[in-house]
Amino acid sequence: MEWETVIGLEIHAQLLTNSKIFSGASTAFGAEPNTQACAVDLGFPGVLPVLNEEAVRMAIKFGLGVGAEISKKSVFARKNYFYPDLPKGYQISQFELPVVGKGHIDVQLENGDVKRIHITRAHLEEDAGKSLHEDFNGLTGIDLNRAGTPLLEIVSEPDMRSAKEAVAYLKAIHSLVRYLEICDGNMQEGSFRCDANVSVRPKGQSKLGTRAELKNINSFRFVERAINFEIERQITLIESGGTVTQETRLYDPNKHETRSMRSKEEANDYRYFPDPDLLPLVITEDMIAAIKDDLPELPAQKRQRFMEQYSLSAYDADVLVSNRHMAIYFETVVKESGAQPKLVTNWVTGDLLGALNKENLDITESPISTAQLSKLIERISDNTISGKIAKTIFESLWNQEGNVDEIIEKKGLKQVTDNSAIEALIDKILADNPGHVTEYRSGKDKLFGFFVGQAMKASGGKMNPQLLNELLKQKLAQKA
Amino acid sequence: MAHKTIAQLSNELQTKKISSVELTQLFLDRIKRFDKQLNSFITVTEEQALSDAKKADEERSKGNAHPLTGIPFAQKDIFCTKDIKTSCGSKILDNFISPYDATVVTRFKESNTVLLGKTNMDEFAMGSSNETSFYGTVKNPWDLERVPGGSSGGSAAAVAAYLTPGATGTDTGGSIRQPAGFCGISGIKPTYGRVSRYGMIAFASSLDQGGPMARSAEDLALLLNVMAGVDEKDSTSIDKPVPDYTQTLNNSLNGLRIGLPKEFFESGLDNEIATLIQSAIQEFKKLGATIHEITLPNSGLSIPAYYVIAPAECSSNLARYDGVRFGYRCNEPKDLEDLYKRSRSEGFGNEVKRRIMIGTYALSAGYYDTYYLKAQKIRGLIRQDFVDAFKNVDIILSPTSPTTAFKLGEKTSDPISMYLSDMYTIAVNLAGLPGLSIPAGFIKNLPVGLQLVGNFFDEARLLNAAHQYQQVTDWHTRTPEGF
Repeated sequence: MEWETVIGLEIHAQLLTNSKIFSGASTAFGAEPNTQACAVDLGFPGVLPVLNEEAVRMAIKFGLGVGAEISKKSVFARKNYFYPDLPKGYQISQFELPVVGKGHIDVQLENGDVKRIHITRAHLEEDAGKSLHEDFNGLTGIDLNRAGTPLLEIVSEPDMRSAKEAVAYLKAIHSLVRYLEICDGNMQEGSFRCDANVSVRPKGQSKLGTRAELKNINSFRFVERAINFEIERQITLIESGGTVTQETRLYDPNKHETRSMRSKEEANDYRYFPDPDLLPLVITEDMIAAIKDDLPELPAQKRQRFMEQYSLSAYDADVLVSNRHMAIYFETVVKESGAQPKLVTNWVTGDLLGALNKENLDITESPISTAQLSKLIERISDNTISGKIAKTIFESLWNQEGNVDEIIEKKGLKQVTDNSAIEALIDKILADNPGHVTEYRSGKDKLFGFFVGQAMKASGGKMNPQLLNELLKQKLAQKA
Repeated sequence: MAHKTIAQLSNELQTKKISSVELTQLFLDRIKRFDKQLNSFITVTEEQALSDAKKADEERSKGNAHPLTGIPFAQKDIFCTKDIKTSCGSKILDNFISPYDATVVTRFKESNTVLLGKTNMDEFAMGSSNETSFYGTVKNPWDLERVPGGSSGGSAAAVAAYLTPGATGTDTGGSIRQPAGFCGISGIKPTYGRVSRYGMIAFASSLDQGGPMARSAEDLALLLNVMAGVDEKDSTSIDKPVPDYTQTLNNSLNGLRIGLPKEFFESGLDNEIATLIQSAIQEFKKLGATIHEITLPNSGLSIPAYYVIAPAECSSNLARYDGVRFGYRCNEPKDLEDLYKRSRSEGFGNEVKRRIMIGTYALSAGYYDTYYLKAQKIRGLIRQDFVDAFKNVDIILSPTSPTTAFKLGEKTSDPISMYLSDMYTIAVNLAGLPGLSIPAGFIKNLPVGLQLVGNFFDEARLLNAAHQYQQVTDWHTRTPEGF
């Protein structure tokens, strides 16, 4: 039987506010345990929550970014359950009336197609603390620094049909929240997390199959692997006569498997009800309008513009706009160097991105500034250096050995553009290789490359390739 | 001296007839002498009180005197006080010392009142007799075999016995007004949102409201001047200017329209109380008020609605007492579930457990619509009844409670009859309106409370009417024998 996979994602994005969603404590990551939790975060008797307006502004930004309806009135509710890292015994979240309603995002698939993924809702809530089960000799340590950090939970429709589509959607949201500067997108530190609802059904059937919710899939790679594992598991199960049960499953990246955490029957009854400590959240048209005016150009618009304005392929545009700062970097270099956008694209998405990825750096941490890369590309365009030499200079720039012109000067990398010098070198090479010359002249055109190679080798790569080609062709033809 | 009102004591301090240190010592001595029989205090902060008093005297001598500077005062043990135990009447918080002050506590500190101690109360303010306190029952100074009412029974008994000139209370369904009535003192529950709830340990967040308890309406005005006002730490507090409540106390009641809800004068009301309330109505007429019969058609639904909403909120508010971060933790828990179960079942008393269970049930999947949502709809109807009534009257008058103080133990085995003792006060909380109770006479030497309910933020008018009544009556000046 042919099977169809149905996937929906729940994404939790930690919002980049300075203080927590309902208290004044700091949200900075990595502090000593329990040093960034005040009486409110600790759920002490008598404390009350006060909503952080910045978190609301960020939620609205997101809503506008996915073309969603912003609720004029939304309500905070209590989600009640007991857990040691949940200090109040309830999480303040939004249940019936979320701040962001239905929206959508267009996702670029690998084959170049664009697919629209619908977003059901996005709501504000507070994060819980962390339970640390290691290092306490059978006891559990509780760190409440994270408790009360603002989260935006983004719920998609079950619109994705493969693990690859799910990853593409996740990447699109990841890129969007960073564009909007509402989340740092750091999956390792858990500031961008995702749960996946996965089910399968016979192709053509409209009714959804029973779903499993996958947790602990906190990298793009794990999302894809966990979903693919789960699809296989469900299909094998059904084909061998079993049925899928609705449950929460934990992904184990070491064993590369998912295993049951709890079934629907064991699930909590959260006893949601409106939080009487908080008034309904009222958002005015003026507030929405002001935030709209302030929105940056979003990835989809930017991709379109890059393809038109710079004549880039969909692929190149996609890579460039995936990170807002990379797009800014690219445009700055195009402007400063005045070079062909395609040449700049190759440098930014090729050498630079490769080097950054190797050292796990973001483009904002690049050791090579836009001014330096612009200068480098400029020196290729004005024939001071060859593209090959440029790669050497790029490495020197990366290692902070000086600026472009200093490095060219210091290392004597200036391209040879003097005709007589080139001619002299050619003459020498032709004289040293009479056999090859004869063969070439008898029709073995492929040997042209041999002469170019010899000349470049002899000049240490500094020979201007166009000039060399031209003069070499002349010389070989002359004495025929 | 101890029998004087706050207004009078303020004057004595101002004219240097007595210092705050002397006055404070006087009340500390009285607490030592009388509180063994009354049990109205959980904690007496003697050292703190004397150092507060010394500071108050210094401030006064520097000319920085607020009317309350140097006045000894007590806080209900539901208000968090930094470095001083805040138990909320519960074993589960018996070892709890708050790291911060409630906003109300801060405001009293800022006006340099003197903290004598923390008063006894029903556990987590759940009770109408003070019998649910972990720290034992409080006795009514008018009859030591009777309850003082609750949940602010410690504050009411302490004020009635002149162990403190005033105290704070909190009122979720009548917890200021009912004990004020039972103990023959004055107490006001302000409009919901008028006084900050920050640091006031939550029972039912949408109903809880703090207020003052004292011996006269004038004293309530002085105290409310300090307590009222918006607080950025409480999102439900309301940003509306606070009038000086003492300024309007002497306004004439001429033309004041007083409404009598017919539902509150029907079945269940003690005949003798009804007679006393009629005489009070005559006094108001003499003061120039006009009397109108009104109807609050849905008031009969108040108690059922309240006993869904309040427990629902309490079941969630009290989830934080889990033995993990503060408060009581059971010995040698086997695992997490054991820690939760035993800490909570050993730490909470029966009434609290009863309400947590009712509330958990009412919020559960499948019951939410039937109970919680329906109760909220009823709440809306009750509120609308009052809104309609206030189109035609300025104040609504009724008894505070259907009976006078009952005997200790009389209702402990019958929660429903206990709940009914709040039948006239609960609707006021559901509507969020201000209400006060003042003494209006005695039956067999037991005080009877008169309740006045005002429109939203109309505390000034309530205090004005109560003060005028207290100018022509002396019920509020009566002293229980032996105190």
